[in-house]
Amino acid sequence: MNGISRRGLLKTGVAAGVLGLTGMPLRAQTRGGKLTAGMGGANTSDSWDGRTHSDIFMIASAHGTVFDCLTEVGADGTLKGELAESWEASADAKTWTFNLRKGVTFHNGKSFGADDVIASLNMHTEEGAKSAAKPIVSAISEMNKITDHQIQFVLAAGNADFPYLMSDYHILMFPDGMIEEAIQKGIGTGLYAVESFDPGVRMVAKRVPNHYKGDSAGFFDEIEYIAINDNTARMNALMTGQVDAINRIDFKTEGLLKANPAVRIQEVTGNQHYSFPMLTDVAPFDQVHVRQALKYGINRQEMVDKILLGHGQVGNDTPIGPANQYYAADMEQLSYDPDKAAFHLKQAGLDSLDIDLSASNAAFEGAVDAAQLFQASAAGSGININVIQEPADGYWSNVWNAKPFCACYWSGRATEDWMFSTAYEAGVPWNDSNWDHPRFQELLLTARAELDSDKRSEQYGEMQQILRDEGGVLIPMFANYVQAVNNRISSPDTVGNLWQMDNARMAERWSVA
Amino acid sequence: MDNVLSIILQRLALGLLTLLIVSVVIFTAVNLLPGDFAESILGQGATPEAVKSIREDLGLDQGPVTRYLSWLSGMLTGDLGTSFAQLMFQTNMGGAGDVTVVDQIAPRLSNTLFLAGVTAMIAVPIAVTLGVLAALYRNTVFDRAANVMTLSSISSPEFFMAYILILVLAVLNPILPSLSNIYDGMSFSERLEKTLLPALTLTLVVTAHMMRMTRAAIINLLASPYIEMARLKGMSPMRVIVKHALPNALAPIINVIALNLAYLVTGVVVVEVVFVYPGIGQLFVDSVKIRDIPVVQACCLIFAAAYILLNLTADVLSILSNPRLRHPK
Repeated sequence: MNGISRRGLLKTGVAAGVLGLTGMPLRAQTRGGKLTAGMGGANTSDSWDGRTHSDIFMIASAHGTVFDCLTEVGADGTLKGELAESWEASADAKTWTFNLRKGVTFHNGKSFGADDVIASLNMHTEEGAKSAAKPIVSAISEMNKITDHQIQFVLAAGNADFPYLMSDYHILMFPDGMIEEAIQKGIGTGLYAVESFDPGVRMVAKRVPNHYKGDSAGFFDEIEYIAINDNTARMNALMTGQVDAINRIDFKTEGLLKANPAVRIQEVTGNQHYSFPMLTDVAPFDQVHVRQALKYGINRQEMVDKILLGHGQVGNDTPIGPANQYYAADMEQLSYDPDKAAFHLKQAGLDSLDIDLSASNAAFEGAVDAAQLFQASAAGSGININVIQEPADGYWSNVWNAKPFCACYWSGRATEDWMFSTAYEAGVPWNDSNWDHPRFQELLLTARAELDSDKRSEQYGEMQQILRDEGGVLIPMFANYVQAVNNRISSPDTVGNLWQMDNARMAERWSVA
Repeated sequence: MDNVLSIILQRLALGLLTLLIVSVVIFTAVNLLPGDFAESILGQGATPEAVKSIREDLGLDQGPVTRYLSWLSGMLTGDLGTSFAQLMFQTNMGGAGDVTVVDQIAPRLSNTLFLAGVTAMIAVPIAVTLGVLAALYRNTVFDRAANVMTLSSISSPEFFMAYILILVLAVLNPILPSLSNIYDGMSFSERLEKTLLPALTLTLVVTAHMMRMTRAAIINLLASPYIEMARLKGMSPMRVIVKHALPNALAPIINVIALNLAYLVTGVVVVEVVFVYPGIGQLFVDSVKIRDIPVVQACCLIFAAAYILLNLTADVLSILSNPRLRHPK
């Protein structure tokens, strides 16, 4: 299986179906039993409408349990087919042909085909729909049903990542003609069918007997997800054995969990990062040397140690993390150097620099403390940071993207292009540094349509280098996903790092020990 | 009896007025909070266009007075409206599904009432018995112990008592579940078992007040001449207290019990969060977080109504328990 690299899969996913079906079992997994997980991130307003999903409870329930997407990102980061068996691109990456899996049925018995794909995708662009996946779907200019199980997408512009984007947790496959009913009852093609769902309280699902994923996935008979938004209550539930797994461990009580022999902690570094964006078209941040002075004036390791209590990794001012395909792991790490910071300040023609940094814990837990650490570490180089504590309410509308220098967080994106085009492409609404760099922009557009992965690797490498050297966003740290599981449940050695709880797919991948 | 009836009617009218004032206060308070539903639901995605589009959909772009009046007119016709979160969801779905605030609150309220009921079943008998016994054996070791214990439990924050109980009854001695996630279709005994820990926590919180009041009211009466008479007749102390003192002490006791029952409905927010109990308190907190005004308003009205009705009940019962008030000259 080593012959199939993740990059090789991009252009032609023919082997993906085989991969997905065999699943490379490393050890025999026990079938049967029940998984009970307690998760934060639940809301009373939750529903089965994939367009509205934004937090782990519904992502794990829908994307990871009851519904399927066309493609799936494996725990090791490879792209596999889920409802699509294989796919092929034209040379300009504009036209994509997807072959759909045959013999798949929804939980209500309806069989799955090309019409369902078209209807499900149209949900995101229909009048009045507020879908987070709208930009992805509106990039498709034409959807042509070739046969019941083959569909062709024509994109407005070439995008080599298109199959990746089809694995997004918002883009779930619903049955055509009964979408409203499916949203109300939760009718998907997933491994488990909904038994009961009480928004913001609880979700129970039972294994579908003859599922297309067969014996390679979905080992439990029953799944129960309990909404526990309170950190302490979640931990109590795990410690007293009422749930088998919990997400978002409170680092302060991690020691207690570690002391419990029946519980193990899973920790992965993904793309989730905390940042300090500055508006690069506002003085003094329009000067590259000022930005470089700040890059050397921030003590990244100290932030990982004190803000994340060690549960993270230092960032290199690029939003591309270890869960990305073209992550430049070998790029030289920026480190704290007060002399270099002072040097760049001189180069900018300044003896000292007085700037305001707006922060609130709404940006990320500990943002105000992080800003104060920054203040202390930069002071030695003549950079005087005035930390302004902003109210948490309205932070994203009044401070972020409005004040010239503030704190922010990003959960990251599965592909480089997705991340860059969300927050680093010139002119997009979430470009929180008003980043407009001609070379970067050129590379962004070229790499997007490039199918040759060696070339893409080079292009994305250069883009990360540009951001590291000149970029307007300080990214001092990548925060880990930390979760805990008890020993009743066995989980594979490789746990997904795109999203919490094994990419939200524990119902599919874990089993009773 | 006419007298009692007119008092009830008068009180109900006043209660309605209070509810009206409460609704104005809540509406103003929620509007004073920074940020609104559109901003909080969009979070990082709060671009000016997106915020504007949601505000227009929900009518948040209109002035506060207009919004309040339209809410009020809806409520007067018995329509508490639809939560913003649900409205968002419905516009997404093209108008299908109509879950109103009432549909959302009803199951949560019944859960909260269940918890309050279980707590009252445990707390009221314990508190009154302890109060009577403390009055009977006043200034003894028993009296002091009962006082110290109940007072220290009321003096500790609720979440602290909750965690102590979880530690003792769920972690160290796994007798009761620390998670009270009750749901439809659970058997009554299962439901009761899951509710027990939060109910015990609330019992610890409300017992002291009721017990102290019972004790004080009885001791207050023990100095009266008619109690002395009863004693001189040779009655046992227990009989003196239960038969002679207690009936006359009922009014203040009923008052304090009613007040505490109202607290059980309105003050359970923290306990519900700690035990993940799906009651109205959690719904309330969630709704305040996202500024979902229709739900916040409805919850507050329920809380206020609970207070008003229980206070009214207390007053009526204390009038009925007091012959002098029942037959005024």
